[in-house]
Amino acid sequence: MTPIVKKVTQLVVGLIFLYGIYIITHGHLTPGGGFAGGAVIAGSFILLVLAYGSDVLKLRKREEGSSVVESTGIFIFLALAFGALFIGTGIFFTNYLPKGVIGELVSAGTIPLYNIAVGIEVAAALFTIFLALVIYKEEVLK
Amino acid sequence: MEITLSIIIVFMILGAIYALNAKDLLSALISCGIVGYGLVICFLLLQAPDLAIVQIVVETITLVIMVAVVLSSSREELKEKAVVTVDGVSYIHQRYLINVILVVVFALFLLYFFKESIYTLNHLGEHVTRMSTAYIDKAAQQTGSANLVTGVVFDFRGYDTLGEATILFTAVIGILTILRAKGRK
Repeated sequence: MTPIVKKVTQLVVGLIFLYGIYIITHGHLTPGGGFAGGAVIAGSFILLVLAYGSDVLKLRKREEGSSVVESTGIFIFLALAFGALFIGTGIFFTNYLPKGVIGELVSAGTIPLYNIAVGIEVAAALFTIFLALVIYKEEVLK
Repeated sequence: MEITLSIIIVFMILGAIYALNAKDLLSALISCGIVGYGLVICFLLLQAPDLAIVQIVVETITLVIMVAVVLSSSREELKEKAVVTVDGVSYIHQRYLINVILVVVFALFLLYFFKESIYTLNHLGEHVTRMSTAYIDKAAQQTGSANLVTGVVFDFRGYDTLGEATILFTAVIGILTILRAKGRK
């Protein structure tokens, strides 16, 4: 890409990433949540790859990494759900942590934790799909 | 607000129709973008910012991916059109009468049920909301979440979210399995 695109990406990509984290962590207070924030974070990574590009070997390493991160995200999600079964109330998928005051950042029990897990999963999943498409294209063109 | 919505929906329909008939794949893609971004404005007007955020981000990402796909394909539509012929006559011309009769009958059916439902259903935004009234009243206290949508998604309808996450996980596994030029050792 041209230097203009590279410079603008360099300036903007951190803000996009931070905005995604904000949407995820404030998912139980403001509009948004795990899915939306995860998609924003995936968008920041996709922007980086589009602007700077990379050789296939590096991309493949990144693909393996993001695949592992995605599996970790859904594992955290399931672990939280099963935590309710074994540690908390004995019912699958219940909210067993203290609820706190409505409207504060640390409140609503397990909901923010679920949000974070889903956010990690969605971000890594979308980025993995994008990388898989890019790598496939490079391999076929060779 | 209904007038604004109607105008936007008309634009979306026009974009979809143009996307079907466009000669160039890239312009078809851009007019598909009209549908997606019009939907974002519809969600905002109907006071669903959660959906609007998801829609605008996913629409942008899919548009980027689709543009990349189109740019590395042939783009232009092929000149010759596939025409199926039976005994020297075009298949479409042979079944002309049956096709027209079927379309008219189905259109009358749909119009009849549409008229019935218009009289039976309530107006837009004034329908009877028994379940959602209970959600709106109690969700904040029962889940402790100020954003009711997140409260419903991760507490009342938690199993749905679990299935959704599993679907995404399965999709990624499928894509990683299929998109491979060489097999893994």
